[in-house]
Amino acid sequence: MRRRGSEILRQWSLLGAVLTLTVAHLAAQGAPPQVLRWGGDAEGGAPFVEADPRNPAHLVGFDVEIAALIARALGRTPQFVQITFTELDQAVRRGDFDIGLSGIEDTPARRASVAASIPYYEFHEVLTVRDADRQRFRSLADLRGHRIGTLGGTIAYEALLDAERTFGIQAVSYDDDVHPYSDLLVGRVDAVLLDNVLADRSIRRMPGLFTHADNIRTGHYVIVVSPQQAALRDQVNAILRGAMTDGRLEAIFRSWNVWNPTQEALFRATTSDTAATGTSGAGVSAAPLPSRWEITQHYLPSLLRAAVITLVLSCLAMALAVLGGMSIAIARVYGGRATRVLATAYVEVMRGTPVLLQLFVIYYGLAPIVRLPAFVAALLGLGLNYAAYESEIYRSALEAIPRGQLEAARVLGFTRWQALRLIRGPQALRLALAPMTNDFVAMLKDSSLVSVLTVVELTKQTQIFATNLGSWVIPGALCAAMYLAMSLPLGHLARRLEQRWSAPTS
Amino acid sequence: MTRTLLTIRDLQLQRGARHILRGVSLAVEPGEIVTLMGASGSGKTTILRCIAGLETPDAGTVEAGPCGMVFQFHCLFEHLTALDNVTLAPLHVGRRDRGASEARARELLDELGIGHRAHALPRELSGGEAQRVAIARALAMDPPLLLMDEPTASLDPARRAELATTIRALATGGRALVITSHDEDFVERTGARVIRLADGRVSG
Repeated sequence: MRRRGSEILRQWSLLGAVLTLTVAHLAAQGAPPQVLRWGGDAEGGAPFVEADPRNPAHLVGFDVEIAALIARALGRTPQFVQITFTELDQAVRRGDFDIGLSGIEDTPARRASVAASIPYYEFHEVLTVRDADRQRFRSLADLRGHRIGTLGGTIAYEALLDAERTFGIQAVSYDDDVHPYSDLLVGRVDAVLLDNVLADRSIRRMPGLFTHADNIRTGHYVIVVSPQQAALRDQVNAILRGAMTDGRLEAIFRSWNVWNPTQEALFRATTSDTAATGTSGAGVSAAPLPSRWEITQHYLPSLLRAAVITLVLSCLAMALAVLGGMSIAIARVYGGRATRVLATAYVEVMRGTPVLLQLFVIYYGLAPIVRLPAFVAALLGLGLNYAAYESEIYRSALEAIPRGQLEAARVLGFTRWQALRLIRGPQALRLALAPMTNDFVAMLKDSSLVSVLTVVELTKQTQIFATNLGSWVIPGALCAAMYLAMSLPLGHLARRLEQRWSAPTS
Repeated sequence: MTRTLLTIRDLQLQRGARHILRGVSLAVEPGEIVTLMGASGSGKTTILRCIAGLETPDAGTVEAGPCGMVFQFHCLFEHLTALDNVTLAPLHVGRRDRGASEARARELLDELGIGHRAHALPRELSGGEAQRVAIARALAMDPPLLLMDEPTASLDPARRAELATTIRALATGGRALVITSHDEDFVERTGARVIRLADGRVSG
C-alpha cells in the first residue's frame, strides 16, 4: 500500500524531533544525575567564587560553600560550571547548570526571567572614592559632572543611571568588578558604586581608597534556577531556611568575614517570612594573601590547560574551515547558477556579520532546537565563519591557475574532477598556503571570543588570573608568550612547506 | 588504402560581431604534415582549438579521433617535473601502471633530447626545452594526430631547424601533424602541405 506523502513527512519529522530531543537530552544530561551542577563566575569572584590562589584548580568563596551545603542537603555532589557573570541567567535557562550563585542580585527583571530563591544575603551599595577625595565626595550629589564606575547590569548601575538624571553624574559601565576600582585609583573615574562586599574586598587590595558607610541602595543575593525547575527552587529555599535557622549559613559568612547584624535581621525576617530590612555596616578584616610569584606558580598549570584548549579548538575549527572553504570555493568555481548563488550568499552573510553574533546565535539562539555543548558550538561558530574567508582564498587561488593548463588537461583527456585533483588543486593549495597560515594565526587569537560561550580558553583564563591577581603584567606576558609559542612554529612550518614546494626536486 | 584522420567541413565560428571562421574545410591523411599559414587573426589557432574540442563551432563538423596538442606557450603543469608532466595522463587517463608510464616518458624525453632535464620543474626549463617536454606530454597518450600551435614562436633560428627535423621524424608510423605557423622557411624545411588562410577562409 502506498503511503501518502504527508504521512511520510509526518513520520520523518517525528523521527527528527525524537533525534533532536535525544541530542538535547544527552547534551543536558552530560553529567550523572547525582551531580549538582552549579554555575558561577570565578573571574574576580572573591569572596563569592574564586579560584584558590594557592591552588587554582580548587574553588573557594562563600558561594562555593553554600553550593556545597545545598548539594549535600540534596544528596548530590557539587560540580562547578564557569559562566561569564553577565551570562548566568541565559545559561541557567539554557540548562547549562542546575543552580547559579555568584553574588547574583535580586532584581525584578531577573525574577521575571528565571526562578530565584529567597534572599540569602543583604548588601548595601556604597560609594568608594580616592582617600584624598573623602571629604570632597561624600555622596552622589557631590559628584555632579564626575564619572562614577560600576559593574554593568547591576542594581548599582541602575542607581547610577538614576543619579545621572537627578545629580548629573556620568555612569561608566564595566564588565567586571575589579577594573572600576583600579580605574578609580588611576583617575579614569572619580568614584565607584558597588556593594559593600565588593567594596571591602577592593579597598583591602588597593590602598588609597576610602569607602563611605552610607547605604545608597539595599539589595540581596539570590540563587537562580531555571524557570522550568520550580521544584528545585523550592527545595533550595527550604535548605536555605534550614541553614539560616540552625546557624550553618551564619558560620559560612562568619568564616568569610562578611557576617554582620544586617544578615541577622535578614535571616530573622526570612525565616519568619516577613519583609527584610537592614542597616548599614559590614566590617571585613584583611586575610593574608600569597605572594604574586606564588599565585603565578599556581596559575601556570591552568594557563597551560587553557592554552591546550585554545590550540585544540583552533586546530579543529581550522580543519572545519578548510574543508568548508574548499567545498564553497569548488561550488563557486564549478557549480551551476543556483549553487553559485547559494555559496556566494553564505560567504557574504558569514563575512558580513560579527563572529560574536554568530557564536551567540549558535549557542543561545539554537538552544531551543539543539543544545550544543559549548565547545561544539564554539568549534562550529569559528569553523563556519572562517570557512567563508577560506573559501575566498581558495577561489582566488583556483582562478589564478592559468587557463592554458586546464585546456592542456582537457585535451589530454582528464575529467574536470581529475584536473581539479591533480593539476589545479595542488597548485592552488600552494598559492593559498601563506594566506591560510595567516588565517590560522588569526584563528588562534579569535578563539578568545568563545569565552562568551563559557569556554575558558587562554585569554579568558589570563583575564581570570589577572583580575584575581590585580595586575595584567605577569598574566599578559605569560599569555602573549603562550600565543607566540603556538603561532611561531606554525609560521615556520608554513615557510618550510613553501620552500619545499618551490625547490627543484632534482 | 588510407583512412582519413581528420575531416573538417565548412567550419564557421563567430565571436560577438567578429567572424573568425567563415567556412573552412580540410582533410588530413595519416603520415601527413599540414601547416596552416596566415596572418595573425586569420583563424589558424581557432581551427586547432576546434579540432582539439576546446571551441565549439557555430556550424560545420569536425571528425577527428584522439589528438594531442602542443600549445604556443606550452602550458606545462607548473607543479610537476618534466617527467611527471609526461607521466600524468598515461597514469590517470590511460590507466597504465606507473612503471610502464615512466619508462615510456623517459623514452620520449630521450628521443626529444631532453632526458637529462627529466627532474627539472617547468620554470627551470628554457623555451625550447619546455616545448619538447610539451611535445613529449602530448605524445605520451600516443595520439594519431598531433596539433602544434605556433611551435617556432619561442625558438631562435638554429632551434627552428632542429624542430623541423623533429617534426618530420614525428610524422612516422601513420601519425599526422597539423601545425600553425607564419614562418615560411621553417614550413619549407618540414616539407609540409601548406594551407593558407585569410580572413577566416582557405585562400590557397
